[in-house]
Amino acid sequence: MADIVTVRDLRKSYPDGFQALNSVNLSIREGEILALLGANGAGKTTLISAICGIVNATSGTITVGGHDVITGYRAARRLIGLVPQEINLEPFEKVINTVRFSRGLFGFQRNEAHIEKVLRDLSLWDKKNSRINELSGGMKRRVLIAKALSHEPRVLFLDEPSAGVDVELRKDMWRVVERLRQDGVTIILTTHYIEEAEAIADRIAVIAKGEILLVEEKAALLQRLGKKQMVIHLQTPVRDIPMELERYNLDIGPDGSLIYYYDTRGKRTGITMLLSDLAAAGLTLRDVQTRQSSLEDIFVDLVQKDA
Amino acid sequence: MNLTAIRAIYVFEMSRTFRTLVQSVVSPVLSTSLYFVVFGAAIGSRIETVEGVSYGAFIVPGLIMLSVLVQSVSNASFGIYFPKFIGTIYELLSAPASFVEITAGYVLAAATKSLMIGLVILGTAYVFVDITILHPVWMLTFLVTTCLSFSLLGFIIGIWAGNFEQLQLVPLLIVTPLVFLGGSFYSITMLPPVWQTITLFNPVVYLVSGFRWSFFGTSDVSIGYSIGAIALFTIVCLLIIGWIFKTGYRLRK
Ligand SMILES: Nc1ncnc2c1ncn2[C@@H]1O[C@H](COP(=O)(O)OP(=O)(O)O)[C@@H](O)[C@H]1O
Ligand SMILES: [Mg+2]
Repeated sequence: MADIVTVRDLRKSYPDGFQALNSVNLSIREGEILALLGANGAGKTTLISAICGIVNATSGTITVGGHDVITGYRAARRLIGLVPQEINLEPFEKVINTVRFSRGLFGFQRNEAHIEKVLRDLSLWDKKNSRINELSGGMKRRVLIAKALSHEPRVLFLDEPSAGVDVELRKDMWRVVERLRQDGVTIILTTHYIEEAEAIADRIAVIAKGEILLVEEKAALLQRLGKKQMVIHLQTPVRDIPMELERYNLDIGPDGSLIYYYDTRGKRTGITMLLSDLAAAGLTLRDVQTRQSSLEDIFVDLVQKDA
Repeated sequence: MNLTAIRAIYVFEMSRTFRTLVQSVVSPVLSTSLYFVVFGAAIGSRIETVEGVSYGAFIVPGLIMLSVLVQSVSNASFGIYFPKFIGTIYELLSAPASFVEITAGYVLAAATKSLMIGLVILGTAYVFVDITILHPVWMLTFLVTTCLSFSLLGFIIGIWAGNFEQLQLVPLLIVTPLVFLGGSFYSITMLPPVWQTITLFNPVVYLVSGFRWSFFGTSDVSIGYSIGAIALFTIVCLLIIGWIFKTGYRLRK
């Protein structure tokens, strides 16, 4: 599918000199759900803000729907909905008025039926005449989402949508996201919860210290996740893989151990064969460990390698 | 042109005005009445006439200008400062709206509010003194233009201000003195010659003078200068705002 958002060589230095983004390249496909995974301070909000026009990029180019976000900002921004990380709302205004305001601000004609649908989807219809400052934190977050959806975005950014959110809202939110996905809306969500990325994303991008470390299909990541490692410590550490064991695609560990990867979901793990071939090659075992690699490991690995 | 965006901002801002309508209107009406009691009745009874107009009537245009200028600046500066303060500015910055549209929405709303207040004060004045307005169309033109241009100034102050003190300081330290020294309550021909010259650098002099001319047909400076001064002032404000949005000054990180 075509790319709806492209980010090329994006850099951002804040006025205090801090470089929050360092040569970021990212292509987001139309209709996908992309999770932008990264620790606090990794640059997720800065990246989103640069795409949406809230911070000025230091250099680089961004397009949304083929429109440059600076020279073609009107066309680009009309496609975008943003749910910010912080709860920023006019405290004294009624819920429905702030949502109508968002729609108008984005240049869309009044459409009360659409506003009602959005409010109902987010269980806000009963609260439509409440003032924002009478709402609970979770309700306010719903209002932020309603504002973004009021102008029918084709690309929706959710910045840390589940931070401090109750189960009820999370369920509502993912139901809405699922429906948007069916309508072909592209969704980008930032999170530092790996489970969240795992649960709903099609692809996962990992960002650390202002750099994108990886962008991969979730399925491919899960494939790695389904794999186990067996670390075979030998009486005498090896430097090369013996000829007899070549077909097992072994790795050599830092301490001269052998590492075997196998799929627990496969019919055969190949462990029995390997062990007998090890004996045949004249290697003596000292110890054996197995462990499951998780997305968390992959993530931590990536981030540490970078450090 | 994203007219829908202008309308959305205008409606949203006017809704704030109507939420606080009572306090918005009551306080200027009250303070104007006090001015009439103090200046018009108490002091004015000792002053005969100024340029052929009773003192009570003479100060009406100045009183309206005083409120309208202060209101325009504070409404517009608060209007744009508040979204910065509570963080809702993110939505303005990410909207498909140009600086012209955003400014127009906020400035029109602020100017509408101060125009309403100006008209309420005019109505209050009728209760206290007899006034006839010689050039009603010009009177309205001056009033509306003043509301707009000082709302533009307020908009700039609101963007510039980094905290509430700064937000209140400018109206307090700059606008109020300029208005008081701008001939709101006297004719500048009453001043010593040196002060008359110095006063000519005060833009408010031209506004008050032009405005008073629309009431009574007499003015301190010629009407052409008044129109020129207010046009110049408006253009300077617009240029500054254009620059602010182009560079993102105090708005975009
Ligand atoms: N306005 C700012 N001025 C200076 N540094 C900033 C500013 N905003 C964010 N940063 C810094 O940039 C880095 C990335 O921030 P952010 O994009 O908010 O990260 P994330 O959303 O991934 O938590 C952080 O180290 C943060 O301190
Ligand atoms: Mg963030």
